[in-house]
Amino acid sequence: MDRTTPPAPLTDDELHALVDSQMDAVSQAALEWRLAQDPSAQATVAQWCRQRDLLRSLHTSVMDEPAPSGLMAAAQQTAAKRRLIDNRWRWAGIAAGVMMAFGAGWLSHGEWSGYQPQPARLAQATGGTEFVRQAGFAHVVYAPEVRHPVEVAAAEQAHLVQWLSKRVGKALKIPNLASQGYELVGGRLLPGEGGARAQFMFQQASGNRITLYLGAIESKTAAQSRADTAFRFSTETSVPSFYWVDQGFGYALSGQVPRDTLMKLAEAVYNQL
Amino acid sequence: MQPNDLIAQIPGLRRYARALTGNTWAADDLVQDTLERACLKWRLWVVGSDLRAWLFTLMHNLFASGSRRFMRRQEAGTMVDVDDVAHVLAAPDGALDLSLDLQRCLLLLPDEQRTVLLLVSMEDMSYQEAARITGAPVGTVMSRLSRARARLQLLLNAPATGQGKTATAVNPVTPLRRLK
Repeated sequence: MDRTTPPAPLTDDELHALVDSQMDAVSQAALEWRLAQDPSAQATVAQWCRQRDLLRSLHTSVMDEPAPSGLMAAAQQTAAKRRLIDNRWRWAGIAAGVMMAFGAGWLSHGEWSGYQPQPARLAQATGGTEFVRQAGFAHVVYAPEVRHPVEVAAAEQAHLVQWLSKRVGKALKIPNLASQGYELVGGRLLPGEGGARAQFMFQQASGNRITLYLGAIESKTAAQSRADTAFRFSTETSVPSFYWVDQGFGYALSGQVPRDTLMKLAEAVYNQL
Repeated sequence: MQPNDLIAQIPGLRRYARALTGNTWAADDLVQDTLERACLKWRLWVVGSDLRAWLFTLMHNLFASGSRRFMRRQEAGTMVDVDDVAHVLAAPDGALDLSLDLQRCLLLLPDEQRTVLLLVSMEDMSYQEAARITGAPVGTVMSRLSRARARLQLLLNAPATGQGKTATAVNPVTPLRRLK
């Protein structure tokens, strides 16, 4: 390098990069060498470094202050909203068949606690008979409906899930039955013995519909409400149903389809649970 | 994202907002608005991306679109605010004078220059990050930074006028004298 010619004066951008240490080691060495030949640039760098130090010490005490309660409340609320969205995204991933075909699936309690479905245990469904009757009636009433089969259509799935989760008191997810040839039509809220019930409707390309009915099961004792049951087949009403109880929640899948087909659909639903 | 991740951002947001507005209450209003904005705009946040940078972007946009509101409060409350800061800081006189003087000078910078200067200096962000947050090209960030630093130097060198807290505050800043 020709040392007899003075180096090019440093540009503002180069001075900033020196002050803010935003460059790689090689160019830093080169810049520092040029800076050494340039007293005016040295003065500027010294001033700017001083500014930077002053700014970095400004209001540092705020970092140790406890946050005002209003801000804490806003942060809590915002974080809670995020959790809601995260749960919904997990569901969306499942619906798209991206996340998992089987396994931890369409329903979780509260915060997606890693619950894995157990193999269904055989047990007596205590409140199950009345539950499945109501599911059957709901199917018979709404499945034939042409203009208003659902309250909230599949196009608003996110809203549907949020709304019904809130009403039945459990974070819901909608199972994906596309591989069985059923697409979601939508859902509605229904009154039930133990409180709010949700009904999700699915439809084949041929127009045949099945409904998934779910809600908390009223039981005499807490032990009973915790009693999971195996799939039970019911012809209580004019429509065949499979139903089961899991963690105090009842589920019934109803539709005018052969028993074997309905069983497979129920398994698909359960496996995404 | 855990709730604590968000709560952990509050002190940094408050500090930056305070330097930006120069007013304790206007700053906390701005932070409150930012958190509420995040609540509405969560969908735009990419999971796993830099939460702090995203919140700063939201805050920047709120401030840029409503700065008159935040700054008006600042003007209306200046005298009270100085007392409040003095109480909170409880710092030795020299340091307090200096930070008050620095804050006063900062507020004399145009908003966009003050923003870039604070993001790069106080928040130690890269020029690229500052560009993303302010929605400006890096070249614009650099020229704003140049103007901000040149202007702040002039302001710090000038004797403080009419407020009684004064050149003594600037005197400890010895390197400044080089500019004359």
